Amino acid sequence: MRVLALAGRRLLSSLPTLLIILVGLFLLLQLAPGDTVDALVAQMGGGDQKLTEELRRFYGLDAPVAVQLGRYLWRLVQLDLGYSAIYGKPVASVILERLPATLLLMGSALSLAFFAGIALGILAARRVNQWPDTLISTLGLVFYATPSFWFGLMGIVVFAIKLAWLPPGGFETVGAGYAGLARVLDIARYLVLPTLTLALIFLAIYLRIMRASMLEVLTLDFVRTARAKGVAEQAVIVRHVLRNALLPVVTLIGLQAGTMLGGSVVVESVFALPGLGRLAYESVVQRDLNTLLGIVFVSALLVIAVNFIVDLLYARLDPRIA
Amino acid sequence: MIGFWRLYARSPAAVVGLALLLLVIGMALTAGMFFPNNPLALAGPPLLWPFQDAQLWLGTDNSGRDIAAQIFHGARISLLIGLAAMALAIAIGVILGALAGFYGGIADDILMRITEAFQTLPNFLLLLMLVAVFGSTLTTVTIAIGLVSWQAPARLTRAEFLSLRTREFVQAGRTIGLGDATLIFREILPNALPPVIVYASVVMAVAILLESALAFLNLSDPNVASWGNLIGLGRGVLRTAWYVSAIPGIAILITVLAVSLVGQGLNDALNPRLRGR
Amino acid sequence: MSPILEIDNLSVALPRGADRALALEGVSLALEAGEILCVVGESGSGKSMTANATMRLLPVGVGVAGGAIRFEGRDLLRLPEAEMRQLRGSRIAMVFQEPMTALNPLRSIGDQIGEAFRTHTALGRAEIERRVLGHLEEVRLPDPRTAARAYPHELSGGQRQRAMIAMALALEPTVLIADEPTTALDVTTQAQILHLIRELQRKKGTAVLFITHDFGVVGEIADRVTVMQSGRVVESGSVADVLDRPQHAYTRMLLAAVPPLTAAPARAVSAEVALSIDRVSKTFVTRGSGLRRRSTRALHEVTLSLPKGATLGVVGESGSGKSTLAKCLVRLLAPDTGAIRLADVDLAQLSRREARRATARIQMVFQDPYGSLNPRRRAGELVAQGPIAHGVARPEALARAKALFALVGLDPAATDRYPHEFSGGQRQRIGLARALALEPEILVADEPVSSLDVSVQAQVLKLLAELRARLGLSMVFITHDLRVAAQICDRVAVMKDGSVVEQGLASEVFGAPRHPYTQALIEAIPRRR
Repeated sequence: MRVLALAGRRLLSSLPTLLIILVGLFLLLQLAPGDTVDALVAQMGGGDQKLTEELRRFYGLDAPVAVQLGRYLWRLVQLDLGYSAIYGKPVASVILERLPATLLLMGSALSLAFFAGIALGILAARRVNQWPDTLISTLGLVFYATPSFWFGLMGIVVFAIKLAWLPPGGFETVGAGYAGLARVLDIARYLVLPTLTLALIFLAIYLRIMRASMLEVLTLDFVRTARAKGVAEQAVIVRHVLRNALLPVVTLIGLQAGTMLGGSVVVESVFALPGLGRLAYESVVQRDLNTLLGIVFVSALLVIAVNFIVDLLYARLDPRIA
Repeated sequence: MIGFWRLYARSPAAVVGLALLLLVIGMALTAGMFFPNNPLALAGPPLLWPFQDAQLWLGTDNSGRDIAAQIFHGARISLLIGLAAMALAIAIGVILGALAGFYGGIADDILMRITEAFQTLPNFLLLLMLVAVFGSTLTTVTIAIGLVSWQAPARLTRAEFLSLRTREFVQAGRTIGLGDATLIFREILPNALPPVIVYASVVMAVAILLESALAFLNLSDPNVASWGNLIGLGRGVLRTAWYVSAIPGIAILITVLAVSLVGQGLNDALNPRLRGR
Repeated sequence: MSPILEIDNLSVALPRGADRALALEGVSLALEAGEILCVVGESGSGKSMTANATMRLLPVGVGVAGGAIRFEGRDLLRLPEAEMRQLRGSRIAMVFQEPMTALNPLRSIGDQIGEAFRTHTALGRAEIERRVLGHLEEVRLPDPRTAARAYPHELSGGQRQRAMIAMALALEPTVLIADEPTTALDVTTQAQILHLIRELQRKKGTAVLFITHDFGVVGEIADRVTVMQSGRVVESGSVADVLDRPQHAYTRMLLAAVPPLTAAPARAVSAEVALSIDRVSKTFVTRGSGLRRRSTRALHEVTLSLPKGATLGVVGESGSGKSTLAKCLVRLLAPDTGAIRLADVDLAQLSRREARRATARIQMVFQDPYGSLNPRRRAGELVAQGPIAHGVARPEALARAKALFALVGLDPAATDRYPHEFSGGQRQRIGLARALALEPEILVADEPVSSLDVSVQAQVLKLLAELRARLGLSMVFITHDLRVAAQICDRVAVMKDGSVVEQGLASEVFGAPRHPYTQALIEAIPRRR
């Protein structure tokens, strides 16, 4: 129960952070050359001054900045994310359409990166300075250095173009009308390459941290105590080293949540996935400020949610926190 | 000094990294010598495969521009942006982190809030927005990357200062009458810098990756020959001429790998205690 | 009767590049059944290495170079690892020095003790639980049931060490190796743990190999003693033989360096007061997680006076407030209330800038010889920094540094060297020189010798006494060790939980302590009974 209260308190303290982000970005976007209306007008193929002014008044873009900010924050409190001029729909529904794809992608990528990274890190630490360690560490370094979008493209070349095992992009087979398990498997097939691509760099990071953490914990005093009790080496690793070594990695998940969301922008673009990341990119290009701010809001919420879960997990692992 | 290099040379990976880095630097420095013409000028027929033509030994891209020239000139861009963005991020991060770590209290709270804000917001999104607002020239992209990368050095510096602040030699400095500025810059900072310097290599690696991602999305400076631009270009001809994307990607990989290995080598050399790992 | 544990001509080699080739050279010692053998030595003597070798838990890179270790007739060094593992924890057990780090912070005490049973026996969970509680009761932990469920950070240092002893003795081993188990504890806690070890040892008949650097502890519990120096055994014998009739020069030097329990004869002390501490209080408010605030009263109405040219000792255990007091004296912390009067100036009331100027008059020597010198500065610069900050020209300050080096017994040419090139005792001398550079009237020494080997301690204390006489210094000497205070202090004040419980002439406080805490403190000092 104390654990929940602790995590809840941290959650509350992230509200001012949210505010700083939204206000800061809103003001930043005011500096952008051209706004939604300009983009709209350009889309329509040009218009006269009067039309532009009308549109501005319609979307409330003619009011002073402070007023616009106030209005925006007020609407936000009511969970009204505004209206997207480009898509012609409320921002909230646009975002909700795109959310599942991103969540699915991030969820699978995070799981893959976490479990594979930890497993490889443990393996490397157990055989430190021998060939499995050198191989794994080198692989980790190469993964870290590989630009994710390039890996995605090469993946498409090899698996989609040359071997035709996997689809080159998209979320599911359009028009096939799959349902239930068949649909799930179909989507899974489409997500293999994107997941691998997004997971790559994070796998490398978790691998490295887990390996270093295990090596660090192995030098700590209580490991010596366990050995002095006659505990077998395997049991020492599993019962004493593992949990202690996991702590920094778990913290890292929370810290990297935002980075992974950012990474999905590129991955979704490469694989044409209908997710939040690509929506963000399109919004930037089309100057759809409402949608952009909506995405920022939702992303921040996602990151805060992930951090909340991580806090709970960490408190469960480490009794010193409560 | 010699001792340092000998420590560095103990790790074969670090030596390989240094060699690769020198190779890339070499490419950047000799770009003007080998490819004196504008790398973005037409050089031959479009989509010529590598090793077909002695002059255009890495082939040409969609518009018929020399890929090898773009690779060499691209090295300049990547290294320049990497170094400049890294320098900016480290400068901001160290100063803010030092002040927050040294004075604690309100200064620290404010810094922590701001860092948290930057962390909660995916930094690539922020980068997109900065580029959207301020434009896509080389300068603005570099500054934008610096602005999204200062949090980790700040946190690192702050942690170092927090721990060093309570060490007895700092307290001793206070008792003999040294002022705050002297304590921060001449006593604590030289001891706090080594881990930050090592982390600088990570910042540089990430900066290069960020710029190439921006270029891929057509949000970086289109008037320079950058590797990311080339990859983005090659996307359209992936089926027939995948080499256009493949080659610059390998270049990025090698450069980031080199920077990472050198950083790791520096870390091991500066912390000989950990060398057994 | 053959000894239960016999180390025969053991040599252990260090990895290449260490400061000597062999950690242990031809070490031989014998532990009889049911006795306590103390292995005494300073840092670097190899005493811990001997213990690790016996358990075959040597660090990576360190290996046995020759000799044998016989336990009940079997040579441990030739056993296969699986058999050795069976012996560890069940027949030969070990207790370590730092109870905080020696226990896994993420597992409960009961779980870690139970692990000994789970590893070596086939007992069921309920039975193991019963035995764990039994052992926790045996080591006199106040609430065994709660203690079993508690995590290491929820217990005090003394309680953690009791838990470690319970864990080591859980399977009733024949031999217990204790590697400096009380060194990290307060003196009163140390006395309790020593008592506990002796009591359990007598009850179960365990043979104990007790490693320590403190001859007082030796006198308190040992049956036989072995003295080690630089990896070799220099002397062995019964406790009476070694303490009363030491043969080897090193043993004699060590015994002479141990501070005696009686106060030095009282000197004539001036009536003039150099420093007057008047009802100083300080409370720390820590912001717990979120909104919870915890206030700790570190100092409560502390009133002391330091006569001119004399040494005032402030003695207390951890948490007594003595370090906080020291920091208030040199303005590293500002007291909440009260006055600190140096001549006519109240140091507690000065503004920050005035305080900086006043720092020259009252200087501090710190405890940690390794942490108190900036590793990136040359020794001479460290000493010259203070005068330079107060306006002295650089060449003159450096020249003064050289003179100070000579004064504290260091080679003036060594001012060019970096701190890591000096030994612990030498670093303390540098710290002393730095403090004296500003020609202070008062010197505050915060546990200046606690981190030093006993032989080096004696030298530094002698130096302090000399300087006090030569420079007419008034000194405040903070320590947790009453024996050290007795040697060098004219007046002594005893602190507990932020208050002064007793103060007076050293001879009075030592000879006829009035407060029960002082009496307990003196009684707890380990010595021959």
